[in-house]
Amino acid sequence: MQDQVLLDQILTCHRNEPGGLLPVLRDLQDGLGFVPEESYSAIAEALNISVAEVHGVVSFYHDFRTEPAGACVIQVCQAESCQACGSRELTAHAERRLGVALGETRADGAVTLEPVYCLGNCACSPAIAIDQQSHALVDKARFDALTTQWAQESDT
Amino acid sequence: MTRRYFLPADTTAGALGADALAEQLQGALHEGETVVRNGSRGAFWLEPLLEVEEGGERIAFGPLDGRQLGELLATDYTQWREHESCLGSVAQLPWFKAQTRLTFKRAGIDDPLCLDGYLAQQGFEGLEHALHLAPEDIVEEVLRSGLRGRGGAAFPAGIKWRTVAEASAEQKYIVCNADEGDSGTFADRLLMEADPYQLIEGMAIAGLAVGATRGYIYLRSEYPRTWEVLHRAIGKAEAAGYLGDNIGNSNRAFHLELRIGAGAYICGEETAMLESLEGKRGMVRAKPPLPALEGLFGQPTVVNNVLTLAAVSTVLADGAEAYAALGMERSKGTLCLQLAGNIKRGGLLEVPFGMSVREVVEQLGGGTRSGRPIKAIQAGGPLGAYLPESAWDTPLDYEAFAGIGGMLGHGGLVVFDDTADMAAQARFAMAFCAEESCGKCTPCRVGSTRGVEVIDKIIAREDPAANMTLLEDLCDTMEHASLCAMGGLTPHPVRSAMTYFPEDFCKDVGEV
Repeated sequence: MQDQVLLDQILTCHRNEPGGLLPVLRDLQDGLGFVPEESYSAIAEALNISVAEVHGVVSFYHDFRTEPAGACVIQVCQAESCQACGSRELTAHAERRLGVALGETRADGAVTLEPVYCLGNCACSPAIAIDQQSHALVDKARFDALTTQWAQESDT
Repeated sequence: MTRRYFLPADTTAGALGADALAEQLQGALHEGETVVRNGSRGAFWLEPLLEVEEGGERIAFGPLDGRQLGELLATDYTQWREHESCLGSVAQLPWFKAQTRLTFKRAGIDDPLCLDGYLAQQGFEGLEHALHLAPEDIVEEVLRSGLRGRGGAAFPAGIKWRTVAEASAEQKYIVCNADEGDSGTFADRLLMEADPYQLIEGMAIAGLAVGATRGYIYLRSEYPRTWEVLHRAIGKAEAAGYLGDNIGNSNRAFHLELRIGAGAYICGEETAMLESLEGKRGMVRAKPPLPALEGLFGQPTVVNNVLTLAAVSTVLADGAEAYAALGMERSKGTLCLQLAGNIKRGGLLEVPFGMSVREVVEQLGGGTRSGRPIKAIQAGGPLGAYLPESAWDTPLDYEAFAGIGGMLGHGGLVVFDDTADMAAQARFAMAFCAEESCGKCTPCRVGSTRGVEVIDKIIAREDPAANMTLLEDLCDTMEHASLCAMGGLTPHPVRSAMTYFPEDFCKDVGEV
């Protein structure tokens, strides 16, 4: 695998840590942007677990991806507090504006649009996050202002 | 002249533009002036909230935008009080006057990472006291305080601690459940960002009480700023000797590790969280055995919520009696409410138990942000009931809420105006359960998927009466046969929507 050095470093760091699989996957995803399937066997061997267990954990958690995300990840909160303030309409607007369906990465790889269930800004719903930076009280105009870059790219 | 500006570095304040304001302010400082990035006081409807301290007085401005800050900076300070955004002293606002702040007494006052600031405000007094007590006396103190778990289940903290204390094992653990996944709740986040040492202190006290030398904070990944604050706070507490091999020079050890989740709602359930900490899928465990006896890595483990552990610092600092004197009946101390959704003044309120939902939402919260009438209030997170107006006079108390078939849970109140479609909300509750179910038990895994289908049929007016009966039946099965609260409580929002807002389900079918 292409980033063997990084993987080795991560495994050395967490090899003896009780319950170290999640920290390993987290570090790998932070470093590469996703968890490549080619890494499963090395992880399994280092932590003395089966490849199936690694696969089971990666597929269980929403955060882990096995493919790279878009250059930018935009999350729109879908939970109740944001629903009460128009997140369903905001989501539809985001899909139109960015030219990508919720849960998908745009064909040109510029942006991934994802659902998220609560960013903790519920007193100022609706909330979105752009590359983990959250924004609250987001109406359509504010969404447009925050995402001008990708919208322009999709127009051209 | 010394003047200090306070601008919160909190997640929500940041999400409303506080970071850009801090930069703007930083570029305009005069000699003797400093900017402190404090935590938020939780009045999120006023964020970004700038406070200016001069001559012992602290004056607030908010919610402030860049243009207004520019105006202020362009005028002489003596003129600032005339500005449209000036609020005077925050302590004098009705929002704060109505509160009794114990757990959040330090929130928003100072830089959350300033250890001297924490010590100056009673910080680590609880731990100092605990270091002079026998472990069983610490447990006794927590029992007498009447403190109940603030994570939702409201189990008495002292009883859980006693079980762990009396178990014999080589290694015991303290686990803080900081996986605050419920929509409409942010009290844990606010506490961890505004006063992280209080949580660290509470966990160290818990370690002394039950004989645990290791603790974990399981934090959800959706809170990156919180991670940053906690990570730094743990490092500073270690360096100052409040964590490590010799806490407070007592020759007793308590090591604390911060772990981050990976986006799974079910990991807020304590046994699923333990599985996740062990590096596995977050699958719910059958109980018994209780985590108190066989918890993390099979060892006796105290699992408490952030606010529960934080409250312990206050209990040990002020004494059990002072804490138990607040509240009502079996709900002692204070309740941390979070006003969210379609609300004019949203944020955190710490009040004694016993105020009514209506008083809180209408008087303190100011009603809906949209200005339209309130239709429903969802209490206790996504698994809590949608309360109609007839239930709003219920006092905020665990037993009173249980009495109306509701759940106070973690204290989140999410307000919906009259444009809300309650059938859509019921459908969402089932869909959320289907998405987030750990999959271990059939009622939750399959029941929730069938629930979405049945609600879709009802909305499509496909034999609505028979399908309403079927949905009732499905809710019964999920409630009584699910392994944990995820499947067991999902019927709460669904049933309450059906019971109180039947017209939203079958708009033209009168008799259903």
